[in-house]
This record gives sequence, C-alpha cells and structure tokens, in this order.
Amino acid sequence: MSTQKITLAKGLNMGLRKAMEDDDKVLLMGEDVGKLGGVFRITDGLQKDFGEDRVIDSPLAESGIVGTAVGMALRGYRPVVEIQFDGFVYPAYDQIVCQVAKYTYRSQGKVKMPIVIRIPFGGGIGAVEHHSESPEAQFAHTPGLKVVACSNPVDGYWMIQQAIAHDDPVIFLEPKRQYHADKAELDETATPEPLFTSRVVRAGSDATVLAYGPTVKTALKCAEAAESEGRSLEVIDLRTLSPLDMAPVYESVRRTGRCVVTHEAHVNLGMGAELAARVTEECFYSLEAPVLRVGAFDTPYPPSRIEEEYLPDLDRVLDAVDRTFAY
Amino acid sequence: MSDPVSFGPDLADVFGPSQSDGGPDLVQLLTPEGERVHHPEFDHDFSAEELRGLYRDMVLTRRIDVEATALQRHGELGIWAQLLGQEAAQIGAGRALRPQDYVFPTYREHGVAYCKGVDPLRLLGLFRGVDQGGWDPNENNFGLYTIVIGAQTLHATGYAMGMQRDGVVGTGDPERDAAVIAHFGDGASSQGDVNEAFIFAASYNAPVVFFCQNNQWAISEPIERQTRIPLYQRALGFGFPGIRVDGNDVLATYAVTKAALQRAREGNGPSFVEAYTYRMGAHTTTDDPTRYRLNDELEHWKLKDPIERLKVYLRRNGLVDQEFFDDLDAEAKELGHHLREGCKALPDPKPLDQFGYVFSEMTDEIAAQRDEFAAYLASFEGSHS
Repeated sequence: MSTQKITLAKGLNMGLRKAMEDDDKVLLMGEDVGKLGGVFRITDGLQKDFGEDRVIDSPLAESGIVGTAVGMALRGYRPVVEIQFDGFVYPAYDQIVCQVAKYTYRSQGKVKMPIVIRIPFGGGIGAVEHHSESPEAQFAHTPGLKVVACSNPVDGYWMIQQAIAHDDPVIFLEPKRQYHADKAELDETATPEPLFTSRVVRAGSDATVLAYGPTVKTALKCAEAAESEGRSLEVIDLRTLSPLDMAPVYESVRRTGRCVVTHEAHVNLGMGAELAARVTEECFYSLEAPVLRVGAFDTPYPPSRIEEEYLPDLDRVLDAVDRTFAY
Repeated sequence: MSDPVSFGPDLADVFGPSQSDGGPDLVQLLTPEGERVHHPEFDHDFSAEELRGLYRDMVLTRRIDVEATALQRHGELGIWAQLLGQEAAQIGAGRALRPQDYVFPTYREHGVAYCKGVDPLRLLGLFRGVDQGGWDPNENNFGLYTIVIGAQTLHATGYAMGMQRDGVVGTGDPERDAAVIAHFGDGASSQGDVNEAFIFAASYNAPVVFFCQNNQWAISEPIERQTRIPLYQRALGFGFPGIRVDGNDVLATYAVTKAALQRAREGNGPSFVEAYTYRMGAHTTTDDPTRYRLNDELEHWKLKDPIERLKVYLRRNGLVDQEFFDDLDAEAKELGHHLREGCKALPDPKPLDQFGYVFSEMTDEIAAQRDEFAAYLASFEGSHS
C-alpha cells in the first residue's frame, strides 16, 4: 500500500487530475486556472498536461463562466468551474440559481447539469474585503443545487472526484485557509465514503458538535481541550450541506442530549438554524438543552485585523458547550 | 464662457444620424411594396418552391400566435408572448438553420420552434402552467424557452465552445459542421450576460450567431432607452461583424442569417445580426401598449407587414394560384384546431409531480417531503363524500 502525505491543495489538484484522466468530457474553466494554476494553485500543472481546450482561462466575468458552463453541460461536457474567491460568486448568482439549479426540473429530467462550481470559502487569511465570505446557506437554500464542503486533504481528493462524477450541479466549498495548512496521509487505493454523507470524526458522549469546512478543525481542537477538563465531545463533519445527512446527527444527539453547531457564516438563517430546527424536531425528548449556534455575527466581514474576533474559535465554541450544560 | 471640451469623435460622425427607418446599411431583398431588390453581399436565388414555403411558414406561424392569443383571452392560457409582426425575422432565421445547428431561444421564438420541428402545442404548456417547457432540447436542437432576459446567450456560447471541442466546426463537411444561434431582443442587449456572451464568443472564436430581433420595444421602453447607437454597430467593439437586416423581409433575413451561420460553421467565429422589426402586438397578453406608444407608429409599421409584402410578390409574379391560398388556409385552420383542442387536453400536473426532477435522482430529503405531503393529502380522502 503506497500512501503519501498531502495538503488540501494537493489533494484537490490530484483529484482534479484523476477526474480528467478518467473522463475526457471533464473541462476546467476559471480565471487564472491555466498557466498560473489558479491563485491558490489548485489547478497547478493541469493546463500543461491536458491542454488549453480542457483547462480554460476565462475572461474576468463570473456570470459568463457559469453561463457558458451551462451550455457546455448541455453539449455533454462536465465543466468544473473555479470561482476565484467566495465574494466573487455573486455576479454568477443569477446563472446559478435561475439556470444551473433549475434546468433539470424545467426539462422534466430530460437534461442533466453535471456542473461543479468550486468556491474557496471562509476567512482567516488576512485578506481584504470580499475574500473571506461564507455564502453556503444562500446555495443550500436553493432547490436544485447540491452543496458540499470538504475539511481535509483526503476528503478533498475523493470528494472533488465524486462531485465531478455526479450528474447534478454541485457547489463545492473549499476552506481556503486549510489549502496549505495541515498534511494528511492519502491512500489512493482506499474506497471513499459516498459523497453526500456526514461522518463522526471524533466519538464522544457528553455533547455533539456539528461542523463543516474550516470549523471542523476548530471543533476537533475543542474536543481535545474539553477532554482535558473531563468532558467528552462528539464531533461530526457534516461534509454535505444540501442534502443534509441527518441520520448520524440524530443518532449522536439522542445519545448526548446536547448539540452545538458551528460555522463561519452568519448565524441568522445560516446552516445552524436549519440544523437546530431539524434536531429539535427529531430529538426533542432527548435534548437536555436547546441547540446552540456559534457562527459569525450578523455584520459584514470585518477588516482582517479583527477577523479572529469575528470568526468562531475554540473558546467561543467551548463557551457554547458550557452553556448547554447550564440547563 | 469657455468652449465645450472636445473629447474623441462625435457619435453622429462615426455612426451617422439617428435613424428611424433602419438606415442606409439595412439589408433588404424585398421592399415593403413587394418589389425584389438585390444586395451586393447578401443574396440568394430563391426558387418558387422556396418562396412559397417561406410564405406558408409565416402564415402558419402567425396562426400559432393568433390561436394562442385567443386561447389566453378564453382563459386557457395564463399568458402568451406574442410575435405578431416578427414572423419574417423568425422564419428567415429558422429556415437558415441546418438540422445539426442548435437554437437558444427567448420565450417568443414560436416561429423558430416551428422551423425546428417542435410541435407548437408543446410551446403552450409553459404559458398554460402545466409545465415549464416540457420538450427535450436535444431532440430538435431547440433549447428551452428562457425567461430571464439574455441568460441563454451565455448558454449558446458555451454550447458553441463544446462544438469546437467536438470537432464539428471548420471541417469543410457540410453535414458535420455546425453552429449555434442565440436569440434575444433589443432589451436584452443591455444585460450583462449578453455583453459577457459577446466577450466569451469573441475570445474563443465560438461558432455562435447572435440574432437580435430589435422590435423597437422592451415592454414600454423604446429602443432609445437601450442604446445611443444602432445595435449592430456594437458588434465591432466586441471584435466581430454586425449586420442590420430588414427583419420584416424574410428573404433578406434568410440570406443574412445563412451567411452568418455558414461563417460560424466554417470556424470564422461569432457574428451579430440585428433583425430590424417591430412588435405589432403587445409585449404579452397582459401588456397594454396604448399606454406608452402612439397608434401612428403601429399604422406605419403595418405598411411593412412581413407577410403582405411576400404575398404581393408571389401574386405579381404568378408564383401562386388560388388553390395555394385555399390549401394554406385549410392547413392553418387545421393547425388552429390542433392547438385549441390540444391545449384544452393538456393534462394538469398532479400535486405530487412537483417533487419529481429536482435532481437526476430524487434525494431522500425530497422523497420524505413528498411522502409527508402524500399522507397529508390522503388524510382528506373520504371526508368530502
């Protein structure tokens, strides 16, 4: 068994390469994805190996990128488009919500839209405004889109391939601050879990912490810290935000009786609101406390010098866990 | 007082004076009076059979429009987007297509749909509210009607980029080489998506013809609200040619569109055709043009009716007899009957149908919502005996 230690950026790059090798209908398109390899280098070396017809540098127009991807999908291609930063997806919002999400429904299933829209999301990199946003709830709220978020290098490798092979449009969220952070051991011969499944990444018995993307690492650190205080936290990496895979969540909360959701997105009408509602409906008699949410404040993303005061961190998540024990 | 600042050329010097009649660059092969004229660049030697065919197509297209409008008035359709006056633009463009060419329509291309072999009855579903365009786009190479103005021009460009990758552009094989036509209107020319489509198509030299039916009105807003220069002139700024054709002249529209499509098929990239026409009816059946435009204008354009001028030409040249008109009238009546009866027979979707086709396969989440709703509906069974 040969394994290698890779970063998330490398995992995504390897996954894209594998998908392009497996299916010559897979095309990559986006701003600077060619020679430069993308501003985060996720497509590094791919244009050199697959040519300009398959790794396409686009004009600087996000609606154009997604709109032309719709046409390519109609022609039988599987376009994978890169939105350079989360805050730049909004010019493409109309094409995503009105066209990508609805084409299969409008055509009564006659047309498939196998488009992957990759979005580096979240903060923590000290960037200027519009470079640190978490728009996932806006897409999860849209019927016809599937939304997933990877949190680690190994998932990055497998999930991008699964998203590309999937016949429905997938909004693929990549926690940009993790791109070049931690390395993990990848075994390319392993069998991955299905794409639209959540996973318990740390077993525990006292409270359940739900996280995805960048906050999975935060939640795992919380669990370590809590353990030293004699408290056992179960951490679930949701991985899929639409559809949600609630079975492992319900199973966990019925055992622990307490649930905290954390994400970088604003709390108001965020993923946490939906998760809290579902957990409350299904686990009502098991709950010892209300489901608490730890996310960004309902303010625009602040100047980066204070972003760590804005993003949920270890202490704020632990504080919420503490509060669930006060009931 | 200082003199006004001079800054670049005067628009009138570059584009000529403002025009209300199409201007000197208007390509025309058949005058409103039914007189055949010739053009040095765009022409076609139409056979009598072709001419009769184009006339028939326009008459039947108008019949589709008249019947659908009547169906709306009778409450059988929720709304209808009328094409009255634009028959020549649509038939000219539609008949210039080859089977392998692909059409991306707005929601008004009933004549083009007819040319592509889509049963006109299928067009009514969207407007009756029984579906959202239930035809298979790939069956007739005719995309779904697109309500969001201009969005389809990007789809057309992406589709054309796919054709390039499939090796069906510029091979020299007329059975193989293909192109895309993107329909839109004067109002859409202001949309960002349309301008982005121009840029992408130019950048990749994509085989797409941008076919703009300038019908002078975007609901209540006149063309002057969208542009300060003739629309076809914009194309050059994006890096491809633009031609203004008399959109009420089916012969000229056919000849110009055919040339544009051939150019695209041969691998010479995008082009822009502005079919200069007029929306003689309302924007849709919910619109009231008397609130914003003068009847004089409509009367002026009635004299340029696309069907009448070809009828005059056919008669004057002895290319038709009374039997032709009688047969066509019978055919139109039959089409009207098909639409009236067919429309009323279109089945309403069932309450649980709304859960289908959100995705290629139903998710557990949606299946659960469907089952819950089904149980809710079932709970009323027997309570209204």
